[in-house]
Amino acid sequence: MPNLIAKSALFARTPLTLSGTTLAEAQVGQTTSVAAFAGKLPEVTAALGGFPAPNTVLGNLIWTGPEQVFVLGQTPDLTGLAAVTDQSGGWAALRLSGPMAADTLMRLYPLDLRASHFPKNTCARAPLGHMQSILIAEEAGFLILIFRSMARTAWHEIETALQALTARAAAI
Amino acid sequence: MRIAAKGLIDRTKPVTFTFDGKSYSGFRGDTLASALMANGVRLVGRSFKYHRPRGILTAGPEEPNAMVEVLDGASQSPNTRATVQEIYDGLAAQSQNRWPSLRYDLLSVNDLAAPFLSAGFYYKTFMWPRAFWEGIYEPLIRRAAGLGRLKPQNETASYEKAFAFCDLLVIGSGPAGLMAALTAARAGADVILAEQDSVMGGRLLSDDGTLGMPWVDATLAELRALPNVRLMARTTVVGAYDQGTYAALERVGLHLPAAPHLPRECFWRIVAGQSILATGALERPIAFDNNDRPGIMLASAALTYLNRFGVVPGQKVTLFANNDHARQAVRQLMAAGVQVAAILDSRADASTVEDCPVYLSAAVTDTQGRHGLTEISGTHADGAFKIDTDCLLMSGGWNPLVNIACHQNARPIWREDIAAFVPHSGMVPGLTAAGAANGAFSTHAALREGADAAVAALTDLGRTATAPDLPQAEDAPYRLQPLWAVPGKGRAWLDFANDVTVKDVKLAAQEGYTSVEHMKRYTTQGMAPDQGKNSNVSALAVLADATGRGIAETGTTTFRAPFTPVSIGAMGAGGQGAGFAPQRYMTSDQASRDRGAPMIEAGLWYRPSYFPKPGETTWRQSCDREVLMVRSAVGVADVSTLGKIDIQGPDAARFLDFVYTNTFSTLPVGRVRYGLMLREDGFVLDDGTTARLGDTHYLMTTTTAAAGQVMRHLDFVHQAYCADWQVRFISVTESWAQFAVAGPMAKMLLNALLDQRIDDFPFMTYGEVSVEGVKARLFRISFSGEEGYEIAVPTAYGEALFRDLLAKAETLGGGAYGMEALNVMRIEKGFITHAEIHGRITAFDIGMAKMVASKKDCIGKAASQRPGLMGPDREQLVGLRPVTKTEIGAGAHLFNLGDKVERVNDQGYVTSVCWSPTMESYLGLAFLKDGRARHGQRVRLVDHMRKTDVLCEVTDPVFLDPEGAKLRA
Repeated sequence: MPNLIAKSALFARTPLTLSGTTLAEAQVGQTTSVAAFAGKLPEVTAALGGFPAPNTVLGNLIWTGPEQVFVLGQTPDLTGLAAVTDQSGGWAALRLSGPMAADTLMRLYPLDLRASHFPKNTCARAPLGHMQSILIAEEAGFLILIFRSMARTAWHEIETALQALTARAAAI
Repeated sequence: MRIAAKGLIDRTKPVTFTFDGKSYSGFRGDTLASALMANGVRLVGRSFKYHRPRGILTAGPEEPNAMVEVLDGASQSPNTRATVQEIYDGLAAQSQNRWPSLRYDLLSVNDLAAPFLSAGFYYKTFMWPRAFWEGIYEPLIRRAAGLGRLKPQNETASYEKAFAFCDLLVIGSGPAGLMAALTAARAGADVILAEQDSVMGGRLLSDDGTLGMPWVDATLAELRALPNVRLMARTTVVGAYDQGTYAALERVGLHLPAAPHLPRECFWRIVAGQSILATGALERPIAFDNNDRPGIMLASAALTYLNRFGVVPGQKVTLFANNDHARQAVRQLMAAGVQVAAILDSRADASTVEDCPVYLSAAVTDTQGRHGLTEISGTHADGAFKIDTDCLLMSGGWNPLVNIACHQNARPIWREDIAAFVPHSGMVPGLTAAGAANGAFSTHAALREGADAAVAALTDLGRTATAPDLPQAEDAPYRLQPLWAVPGKGRAWLDFANDVTVKDVKLAAQEGYTSVEHMKRYTTQGMAPDQGKNSNVSALAVLADATGRGIAETGTTTFRAPFTPVSIGAMGAGGQGAGFAPQRYMTSDQASRDRGAPMIEAGLWYRPSYFPKPGETTWRQSCDREVLMVRSAVGVADVSTLGKIDIQGPDAARFLDFVYTNTFSTLPVGRVRYGLMLREDGFVLDDGTTARLGDTHYLMTTTTAAAGQVMRHLDFVHQAYCADWQVRFISVTESWAQFAVAGPMAKMLLNALLDQRIDDFPFMTYGEVSVEGVKARLFRISFSGEEGYEIAVPTAYGEALFRDLLAKAETLGGGAYGMEALNVMRIEKGFITHAEIHGRITAFDIGMAKMVASKKDCIGKAASQRPGLMGPDREQLVGLRPVTKTEIGAGAHLFNLGDKVERVNDQGYVTSVCWSPTMESYLGLAFLKDGRARHGQRVRLVDHMRKTDVLCEVTDPVFLDPEGAKLRA
């Protein structure tokens, strides 16, 4: 066991709930980038048990670019087939769930995030404000992976958008 | 004056507000204009140039006169249109562009000087002396002529930005817009209906005609109930952009008292598959002498005030019009019990059957009443007339609101039969005009065109839709005879907002400004906040007449976004203060702040500047101590901000050889090498070290500043030149927290923490280690010139390792060091940063020409060998040491002794300076012409900004330990 204390990007941050919509730090654990070498996608797909189509999530595989996925959890041995790079801890995870989740994020992402257009298991590498991120649609909201160093700003931006929407609802 | 039982205002909800400090009351649903009118306030503003008393001309966003300042806590919104601003309890508004008061405005003396203030007056008068323009004339003119004022403070109110998407965007909710939205909504399309007004319905709210509120209410109720429809009231579409993108401004909190987090406005970007322009039409004024007095307004505005707000604009009303439609206004006013003195119809053949006197072939030629209309005079078929009236309605016909259709620079076409410009198809891809915006003025025609446009738009989107049955509505023909300006000797206003008269336009034509674009700039017609909505067509008609051309031939000026004014705060929503850019924090951030370190920005990152100890009062004291601490014991610094790129694949070595000037394929596994990267143009892009972690696995580091740039460069090179190579890379900057441990006791400190001691770990070596049970990467590299290591752990452990390193370092007499000390130590060693490799520097300039390997090609190599990029004429990196202990500054320029200090004798410039506590001297790095051949010579360092002139000795850039004995120790 390590003797060093591990801390997440927003260690001990209390979740925020406004208008029934909750923003909280999430822990996604082991995260590995798998980028297939040219021509090796079939072997990589076989080893991973599938490969998500662009902008989709397949099980624990998140599409992050052409012939590239992030694997949450264990990764099989892909020596010679793909570049395998540990990304754990480099990305902070924020989960926004509840009725105002899509409206909130449509203040920050230039994307149509309504469930009809961005259903569960859709994902996108898209800017949250000025920050690059990986956005994943879940059952009741969204999971946002953001550069760890920018987690505080991302939290602040989402919080501000949610506050404005809450104030709008109260002002009618 | 309020009329009973009329209007859509909520009479159960009285609202109190102030105008120019005086308290008034109105009702919820009132605009500031309707509430002032209900209170009998006629004078609401002063004109731009002549400070003429002005009232309310319109009932919509095109208002050129009734502009006020709204005071809202800390902020003050100038040029707020009283016809748009809704009242709320506590609203405080004040008139603008007057002093000392609205009623007694001293600058109305300009009105007397009007003969001298015609178009082009400034250009002709304030020519000389030239230097006076900026310093004296312009500020004077600006103070006299102007609009509302901002408070000279930072904006603190909140604004919002948002994105929306739909199949069909319908702009405007009048009969055409409502019908289009209904047609598309019933067909299941995703519809956004945007309406600038607070209530949907457009002219149907004002027109008390055959198709009344019941149909509007029923239609809105149906739309509201549909999940595929989004109704956006108070949302003005202000611009049409590429790919079906529209900008829109929503008034979110402007009609309410300020509340925490409630945005004032929201700036929307709406992306639509198709869109329908149902913005309706604007009634146009007629130009006649003194047509700008309070009490003179558009006929349609009176209709709106009557039916929408239950207010009448006067006690004894007259109408001056050139068309049939305008008579609706007086008919309805009479029905509401208002006395109508006369209808003055400019046409000879119009009907005279009305419940009031009707005069044909009429022309109003003058008006009276300083602060409000009292009398009009003119001629009609029976001769001259004078009529006592406090309200003159005018109507010169209608201009379809084509603006949005013209935002991509297409021009509208002139239709002679309605004397108006109309849009045509294809002006903005995917946009179709319908209803009055398309020149179809009857309610029935608007309904039909709305339905048809929606069916067509949905067909284009691959959907089928059927037009619903149209409700019964008036379908009266639009009969008008063009009348732009009544001839007269006085001033007849075209552009009320910028005080441009018929005379000004004629003068422009006379002086040769016959192009409509030149006339606009010469007279400033159309350049006020209303952007000529009320005046463009009339002004160009006058210009056409003055130049003997047709209106179609004269053409329009360019319609540009935004359609109505947009506050910068809304466009910049989220960008105030720290919202301007993301803030990046290192894992050690809190630990550094705990030690009192001031943080400085490095790119988006926050890094500790220095770590003050008790008793230290200046940064220099801390910095000097930290430098000596590292040089004598051990220092720890967080260097996690440096870019780290993980590169893997059978072709990784080949790829690095291609992007670096030097060779990495020969680097043994477990070793580190310094590399230099060029841009395609041959100049230095970045430098850094790269370690070979395995046979097909490298880890590149970049500078903090260029991390993103280098990543982009690698992506470009890979995709553009060698996409088939077996190499992939990804940033791991955020995955590893990395700390420099430097100083003679560095190894001792590491051994106190590492799970296995390191003994033989030579310079430029890499190895995997374990620190307190965590796997770590250890690099023996040095940016300080000392025995240096960098240890990297997964980011989650960063803070813990930093604190543990500091605790043990302090035991050894060491501690943390910040950016200042780091900078001093690298200058002492002559190591470059982006202060030196600033984009105009070649490998030759920094003495690294030999690092551009001759045996292989690399990005930028060919370009770096162009003539002029090498040789004695180049400014080359040197060290500078003042001959006496005198402070020097970066940015200073270098001159040869005996040369005159002037630009042509410039020999180079200083990029970095520091006080070196190690050498007990100021040191500088500089670029000096033929510098490497001039070591030992003396130059003059002249700093024009800091006013210093220092004699310096030129040296090798490496001041400390040039043999590198310490860092290899």
